[in-house]
Amino acid sequence: MNFLDFEKPIAELEGKIEDLRHMGDGDGLNIAEEVARLQTKVEKRLREIYSKLTPWQKTQVARHPDRPHCLGYVAALVEDFQPLAGDRGFAEDAAVIGGIGRFRGRSVMVIGQEKGHDTESRVKHNFGMAKPEGYRKARRLMEMADRFGLPIVTLVDTAGAYPGVGAEERGQAEAIARSIETCLNVRVPLVSVIIGEGGSGGAIALATGNVVMMLEHSVYSVISPEGCASILWRSGEQAQAAAEALKLTAQDLKRLAVIDEIIAEPLGGAHRAPDVAMKDVADAIDRHLHDLVRLDPGVLRARRRDKFLAMGRQGIE
Amino acid sequence: MNWLTNFVRPKIQQLVRPKEVPDNLWHKCPECGHMIFHRELEKNMRVCTHCGHHMRLPVKQRLEMLFDDGAYKRIELPKVTEDPLRFRDVKKYADRIKDARSKTGEHDAMVVAHGTMGGNAVVIAAFDFSFMGGSMGMAVGEALNAAAELSVAQDAPLIVVPASGGARMQEGILSLMQMARTTVAVDKVKEKGLPYIVLLTDPTTGGVTASFAMLGDIHVAEPGAVIGFAGARVIENTIRETLPEGFQRAEYLRDHGMVDMVVPRHELRARLSALIDLLRNRGPVGEVVPLHRNGAYSDVEQRLKDAHEAAKPAPSPEPGA
Repeated sequence: MNFLDFEKPIAELEGKIEDLRHMGDGDGLNIAEEVARLQTKVEKRLREIYSKLTPWQKTQVARHPDRPHCLGYVAALVEDFQPLAGDRGFAEDAAVIGGIGRFRGRSVMVIGQEKGHDTESRVKHNFGMAKPEGYRKARRLMEMADRFGLPIVTLVDTAGAYPGVGAEERGQAEAIARSIETCLNVRVPLVSVIIGEGGSGGAIALATGNVVMMLEHSVYSVISPEGCASILWRSGEQAQAAAEALKLTAQDLKRLAVIDEIIAEPLGGAHRAPDVAMKDVADAIDRHLHDLVRLDPGVLRARRRDKFLAMGRQGIE
Repeated sequence: MNWLTNFVRPKIQQLVRPKEVPDNLWHKCPECGHMIFHRELEKNMRVCTHCGHHMRLPVKQRLEMLFDDGAYKRIELPKVTEDPLRFRDVKKYADRIKDARSKTGEHDAMVVAHGTMGGNAVVIAAFDFSFMGGSMGMAVGEALNAAAELSVAQDAPLIVVPASGGARMQEGILSLMQMARTTVAVDKVKEKGLPYIVLLTDPTTGGVTASFAMLGDIHVAEPGAVIGFAGARVIENTIRETLPEGFQRAEYLRDHGMVDMVVPRHELRARLSALIDLLRNRGPVGEVVPLHRNGAYSDVEQRLKDAHEAAKPAPSPEPGA
């Protein structure tokens, strides 16, 4: 388990529990009882810490390396998943996962960014930063889903679109714009979940859904706190202040009516109980799909467009 | 924040501010270093008379050069919630806005106007780069939506002229949402079969490029304009090597298939008018049908009838013939 800075007290307690477990019984000390006592303490501390995470702390939780990622969700929730590759124009981009599969008995198109979990897979998936071909692949798959009447589920987790020479040459901006446009155009249900980091244009390219949900400790922002700090404060060290100012937490976004629902995370964050977190996400997606598939295709499209057209007429009152 | 502080004060400040006497009547071209007399530069639409470098054009002059005879009508734009996040960095966003308003005399970073171009009615939505770097927040989203609605109502093509650093960070996620919102807005124009043309000017970057600015039926760019998604510095820091020659310039984008044509400022109005004429399948406007001497339209009617006959397909040959 990787511990974040602010989780130090928990790391200490869990270290103690580990030690006790290794000691074994027999020193006149009831180990099991002591472990249980410490466990209760851990829970109490976790509850304290996680109930008042600052926006910057949430950013760190959202980027936690052990947090369940797109491929984890696909493996746990989608049966008979058939990954589909390529934009049919230039390349396959492994930063964007896409494919058809069965979700709770329903055939769906799943699209999301994958960050990877170790050095090798991070490099393979380019740390979840998609290039134009990734967004063009997403667009192709959304159009395919539209043609076959399959609901689309997007799992958003990216620091942002990849900033590189090749990406610019091949039209990163255009690829993102078209992806947004396609999200807005399809006549099938589109449910988006920000499962970790929702980084700017690279995120909204997949997150223009009928329903947009966020995990409790995920973040979604127009710019990373670090980027914002370096531009507005002229110092990358002010990332904490920038995170506060940007209002990038799920709770803020719900208040701003930018997202529809917050999915609660297990105590101490999704990375402490990935299976529970993924099941809760699946339940939420399923609940919305259940309602959305009953709507007329034209209504689905029109409602989605109206929703985003009205967005940002109001601030936090 | 009210009408007094937002509107009256800037107006008064503008009045009492001493007339700016240009202390330097000569401008140095940032490209070739040539000195140009300011009047000559203005006459040449801020294009260097020596090397042809296109300098940024203030929004007012932009509109004047695009509309016929420089004549246009601006529309009043809907107001939006001010400072939705109560954002504050080293300075309050509310103060930044106030400063930008008194500096530019504009309410926000987009101006919407209508008039004619080459005789065609057009709606133009132009960014004011001097207003907080032309950044896109809720007001710009609202303005572009208003422009799209006006274009549909007038059955007129929409021309958008970006000059923007991207999303307005101080409006946080709400500025990001403008990417989706503006996409729906320009789609309304396209759905009606009306031309949607983007005139990319220096600079067009970030969230503006990654939404409506890359969704035009036709993309026209001014020579040398910087157009891109990520900032050059960000890319340099990522790849840790120097960028190729001409990277993210209009010509580079054309060569990579993102822009249809790069058109010098002096030719813009003529080229845009021609595009609109052709897209809407209309003859050049120069040819005006003369009114019959006694004021009757009989002549016109006959001509229309002739044209109609001429357009009829020839009778198809008998099968087997």
